[in-house]
Amino acid sequence: MSTTTATPELKTEKSGNDVFRWLKLHIELLPTIAAVVIFVAMIAYGQIAYGGILQANTVSNLLINNAHLIILAVGLTFVILTGGIDLSVGAVIAFTSVLGVILMNQGWNPWLALGLMIVIGAAFGAVSGILIQYFNVQPFIATLAMMFLARGLASMLSTVPERLADDSPFLVLAENFKIIDGPKVNDLIITPGVIIAIIVVVAGFFVLHRTRLGRTVYAIGGSEQSAKLMGLPVAKTKLAIYIISGTLAGVASAIYTARLGSAQNITGIGWELDAIAATVIGGTLLTGGAGFVLGSVVGALVLGLMNVLITRDGGIPPEATTIITGGILLVFVLLQRGVLAKKRE
Amino acid sequence: MTASVPIIEMKGISISFPGVKALDNVDFTLYPGEVHTLMGENGAGKSTLIKALTGVYAIDEGEIRVLGETRRLSGTADAQDAGISTVYQEVNLCSNLSIGENVMLGHETRGPFGINWKATHAAASEALQKLGLGHLDPRLPLSTLSLAVQQLVAISRSMVTKSKVLILDEPTSSLDAVEVEQLFRVMRNLRDQGVAILFVSHFLDQVYAISDRLTVLRNGQFVGEYMTAELDRSALISKMIGKDIASLRSLDSERARKDHPHDEAPVYAATGLSRRGSVEETDLQLHAGEVVGFAGLLGSGRTELARLIYGADKPDTGSVAMRGETVDVKNPAIALSKRIAFSSENRRDEGIIRDLSVRENLILGVQAKRGWARPLPRKEVEAIVSKYLVELGVRPADPDRPIRNLSGGNQQKVLLGRWLATKPEVLILDEPTRGIDVGAKADIQEQVAALADEGVAVVFISSELDEVVRLSDRIVVMKDHRKIAEIVNGPDVTAESIVTTIAEEGVTADSTPQGAHS
Repeated sequence: MSTTTATPELKTEKSGNDVFRWLKLHIELLPTIAAVVIFVAMIAYGQIAYGGILQANTVSNLLINNAHLIILAVGLTFVILTGGIDLSVGAVIAFTSVLGVILMNQGWNPWLALGLMIVIGAAFGAVSGILIQYFNVQPFIATLAMMFLARGLASMLSTVPERLADDSPFLVLAENFKIIDGPKVNDLIITPGVIIAIIVVVAGFFVLHRTRLGRTVYAIGGSEQSAKLMGLPVAKTKLAIYIISGTLAGVASAIYTARLGSAQNITGIGWELDAIAATVIGGTLLTGGAGFVLGSVVGALVLGLMNVLITRDGGIPPEATTIITGGILLVFVLLQRGVLAKKRE
Repeated sequence: MTASVPIIEMKGISISFPGVKALDNVDFTLYPGEVHTLMGENGAGKSTLIKALTGVYAIDEGEIRVLGETRRLSGTADAQDAGISTVYQEVNLCSNLSIGENVMLGHETRGPFGINWKATHAAASEALQKLGLGHLDPRLPLSTLSLAVQQLVAISRSMVTKSKVLILDEPTSSLDAVEVEQLFRVMRNLRDQGVAILFVSHFLDQVYAISDRLTVLRNGQFVGEYMTAELDRSALISKMIGKDIASLRSLDSERARKDHPHDEAPVYAATGLSRRGSVEETDLQLHAGEVVGFAGLLGSGRTELARLIYGADKPDTGSVAMRGETVDVKNPAIALSKRIAFSSENRRDEGIIRDLSVRENLILGVQAKRGWARPLPRKEVEAIVSKYLVELGVRPADPDRPIRNLSGGNQQKVLLGRWLATKPEVLILDEPTRGIDVGAKADIQEQVAALADEGVAVVFISSELDEVVRLSDRIVVMKDHRKIAEIVNGPDVTAESIVTTIAEEGVTADSTPQGAHS
């Protein structure tokens, strides 16, 4: 009896070891895998408990409503990979959004206004980067200052909601294009905003994994000192990532403004933290050096799906959203700690 | 060798930092196909010279020529472009990336779709192959490699840039003997291919095993350039520490050897104390009323051993008994409670608290021993302060003055007082007389002798060998992170005989590395 049962047991143990060995070599993937698992589990739970999650319109809405968050998360992935942080993106969205709408309502060409929104975002990033790289200011403080500055400028422009004219060509960014015309309202819909978000994700992935700039970002996160001593362009790269983050804040601002059709100075409060949470949940180490853009996308979708599930449930007060976000974030940070401790062994 | 053209010529290099002249009119010449060692104690200016060469520091005066052309390099990247690669003591690679990427960072093979990883890894394999590391899979994480192999991976970066000059700044300090031999094989191989290697090491045996020529620096000044084969070890050491052998001979032991009843249990006895990369297994006994000197070059492991005794670094192996009773000194708090005190060689950063007053600095040790929850009563504070200010002759004797305003010698007296106030049974003084004036020095030496007479076991560490010989009853000689000898002081013990001990150790017993080279 013992001989017959022992053989299959041995085999499973061996294949388990292989998986374990693979994981040990790619341990930095673990948090990202965990995020994907949680995402899938949330979909499964939602589908079973409430139904209607795995259908075209829910998926479309998830993407449309979170396109701006995905874009912000891509920008923050760059920053956090170097071990930095950018707290200014939410406020930059408020400022560029209010400014853009006011200019368009005054008769500016909407595409010129869009360009200006993105350039201003980039400029905020550039100032943060210069403060951090050349004046040795902590990223936290430099971008905090930029956050207050941008928020203040937005409030100087206007403190009431600024509505975009209903016929503004700018709104095309949020126009619905039916890909699949399903029964009733169950259509697969896509907007130019979603397409831009997808392009940003793909571009982010390409830059991080296939360019020297991207590899330098990882090297800085691994050890800035080493990166310098290896002769990598550390200063230029650090400046570049804050500009990338600011630029993407400008892009996210345009997409969100078009979707809402209005702008207000209090828009985007706490979005930088949502984006940071998405990045961290997606497996990027806050200390830098490890993480993936695609992970951050999953992280953003986890946060978005959580809101959907809470709405569907009806029993959970919406106020509890942040508690749940906090809980998930805590679990993931603890997971990262565990991974780091394992790596040090 | 003299026939060939130097690849690097540095002439009259001077660099000043605020308050200190780090390099003063230093010359250095490096030829292709040689291993040239830069020798000198810590702080002699070796690292500064390397940083001047690679452009990390700007030079105030002098000229750097690379292949006969005057160049001012502006940093690591620029130096790399000029064909100069540097590998530092601490492995400067990114452990979050793959082996191949670490080799190729900044030089990845690129195609129309960005970096071509297949070609990049192939190029990395090729570079690793040249160092005999062809068996490594470049796609594996760097963190899977031992420190020694990581060091070789760092060197293989220079293969990618086809460097003509390779600077190795203490690459061996954390390697074991086998790993060092592997590194040396690679170095000889590169040298034979015409690469010029600038090597820095504290280990005399390694220097003699690998280098063709030596340049000696002392206190930022150029002492001389010698062929390794023509300079024996004693001569090299005396050039490094700046005393010629004749003058070392004239110094005699002044402290009469006292008879210690060594039959009683030692206050402190360590067996097999070690810590990887800093001290090899060492036995040590300290007796009450005895001054034990630690002699050895800077970087020989004497400070490291002191830190192990105090628990400032945690030993990997070894057991400690105090008065026959086993104790585990794993941190300074335990050391203090066992009445072991340690005054660091780094007076500014690990000794005084600059912005606190003399009084506050003085009572720090006693207060730490009591625990911070129980502040010392005012009366006791004043008693301690007035006692030690007078006893040690601190000038000015003003307890309210911030300690940063005192001279180095007086700061050192306050530090001595801080530890004396804890009533230690074992007192470790690491370089208590460095950088202080003659008067203060004499005061402190007197105190050390007086403390021993009162029954304290004193460990006295100093770079000045004559001082160690004068004060110590017993001298522990350290070299290459090992205790190589223990000498009971007597009339025949001189600074020179200790230098000879350091120089000759290992030569007779282990002559293979030298033979292999010549």
